[in-house]
Amino acid sequence: MAEAIATRAAYGRCLACISDKYPDLVVMDADLSKSTMTADFKKVAPERFINAGIAENNMICMAGGLAASGKVVFVSTFAMFAAGRSYEQILNTLASSGLNVKVAATHAGLTVGEDGMSHQMVTDIALMRSIPDLRVMVPADGVETEAMVEEAIRTPGPVYIRLGRSKVPGLFEAGTEFEPGKIRTLREGSNVTLAACGIMVDLALQAADMLAQEGIYARVLNVSTIKPLDKETVLEAAHQTGAIVTCEEHSVLGGLGGAVAETVAESWPVPVLRVGIEDQFGQSGKPEELLELYGLTAHHIAEKAIKAISLKRA
Amino acid sequence: MSQLEMGRQQWTGPAGQFPLADIARQLRRDVINMVWAAKSGHPGGSLSSTDILTYLFYHEMNLDPQQPDWPDRDRFVLSKGHAAPILYAALARRGYFDPEELSTLRQQGSRLQGHPHYGSLPGIEMSTGSLGQGGSTAVGMALAGKLDKKDYRIFNLWGDGELEEGIVWESVMAAAHYKLDNLTGFVDWNGLQIDGPITQVMNPEPIDAKFRAFGWHVELADGHDFESIGRAIANAKETKGRPTLILCRTVKGKGVSFMENEAGWHGSAPNDAQRLQALADLADPGTSGEPAAQKEVNR
Ligand SMILES: Cc1ncc(C[n+]2csc(CCOP(=O)(O)OP(=O)(O)O)c2C)c(N)n1
Repeated sequence: MAEAIATRAAYGRCLACISDKYPDLVVMDADLSKSTMTADFKKVAPERFINAGIAENNMICMAGGLAASGKVVFVSTFAMFAAGRSYEQILNTLASSGLNVKVAATHAGLTVGEDGMSHQMVTDIALMRSIPDLRVMVPADGVETEAMVEEAIRTPGPVYIRLGRSKVPGLFEAGTEFEPGKIRTLREGSNVTLAACGIMVDLALQAADMLAQEGIYARVLNVSTIKPLDKETVLEAAHQTGAIVTCEEHSVLGGLGGAVAETVAESWPVPVLRVGIEDQFGQSGKPEELLELYGLTAHHIAEKAIKAISLKRA
Repeated sequence: MSQLEMGRQQWTGPAGQFPLADIARQLRRDVINMVWAAKSGHPGGSLSSTDILTYLFYHEMNLDPQQPDWPDRDRFVLSKGHAAPILYAALARRGYFDPEELSTLRQQGSRLQGHPHYGSLPGIEMSTGSLGQGGSTAVGMALAGKLDKKDYRIFNLWGDGELEEGIVWESVMAAAHYKLDNLTGFVDWNGLQIDGPITQVMNPEPIDAKFRAFGWHVELADGHDFESIGRAIANAKETKGRPTLILCRTVKGKGVSFMENEAGWHGSAPNDAQRLQALADLADPGTSGEPAAQKEVNR
């Protein structure tokens, strides 16, 4: 079995592992290093760890300066304060200049849990996706997180990587090769496509199992690079399965659902239903309870899949 | 719920008539019970600011728990919103809502959200939790008070680590610029943030000189001494034409032996045994009390 681990934990561990391999690597944090897990890197390479204090906007721009001086910089804080508070710094300083800064934002989505809405970032994919030249990535498990960290280092330019607080099941065996930017088809199917990212990938697979029991065969896609989107694979799915359900721990507005719907609408219109947070704020609660309350469940995905199939034109 | 020992003691009525030290101990016990029951939350910075909130809510502020929206009330903004437990405890014991509800902290559906949410609970003047933003809203409230020629006062509480946020200084500049002498800021000067001592993580010192340079009147106070806090507030009220900062020297985790000055207790909950020990530390003088007795057993 592949390892169950929070993507933030895989991220911190990976940074520590590769610290020697990349001497230009610098890691920054904003007083949350024990939560984002950049503390793992600090332990092995304290001289290349920079704490910005509780000052996210300044951190992002300092990272830009370091990158302009030849460093590869990972900056971490909670997604709310990275994509949210520092949206404009990411846009105007990092992305517009193509700076080599990797924003690794943790505690994304509802599964932050008890801290509640002020800390539950469910609009970051939409925000980050709207910025030109910024790649947006959402790993589904620990192994994919590690692959993405290295991919981000190998590919110059700014990246937003969305990581979670809670443990997720392992989907990939250690050493799995990922084709950068490509959607991975986790399960073949011809009746409907479930396009998922992050923690929702595992739930989409469970939904596909439920559907299979009813004789409905769902294709499951792991859309871990949301921008630039692998449109070819999305359109192929639209063409071959005729209906798509997107699944994300994010608002239904502008995130993965938006990206898929835009792509399909322009080239091969088929029903696209979105499973996500229905344009509302989060709240305090246990992560599992919140997922249930907001409809982020395998059951709900399966229901939407049946609805999407019923909307297919004859 | 009874096992939480929330008790029903409330202190309602005009400010100034209650034994503040007793109240503060009760509120600290509430904080411990709440965070223990929620299994998450922020005890360290709640305990360091307990005496400041006790003084404000039970002695200083002009408020009416029966009319939380009374237009002429004094207002308190908890800019360091993670200290929500102490704000909730202070409001409940002051009569804004039933203390039994304290045990629902951070649960799904509770009005006691992980960070204060405006509109969820009476007495919450502003949604906070994203550090730095509350102070700016307090400036806005003080501006409104001036526009409406009202006498009410605005109190805001920052964390010392929170001062690292740029927006804090934007609000500090604005408050001086608009001569907001109806605004009093407190800094919970406990010297710690999450990643360690403030002087090591990102030094905001000298805090007093910075505020003075921005045009504020500055008072130093012992944040665990009601007389000291009271003197500073009296001086703030005398100060015309500029806002006042009360820089309160505090101890993070104050009152709980094993939490004091420990950064690790910023955001973690006590387990059963730690809770009992904490409650024993916070027991009223002369009461052995159930918690104390159980502490013996647990040793
Ligand atoms: C904008 C923002 N960045 C980061 C955080 C996460 N955070 C919560 S509390 C805290 C440390 C606060 O330190 P301090 O202000 O000194 O609070 P105290 O020690 O009094 O609890 C941090 C970084 C946050 N809530 N908001």
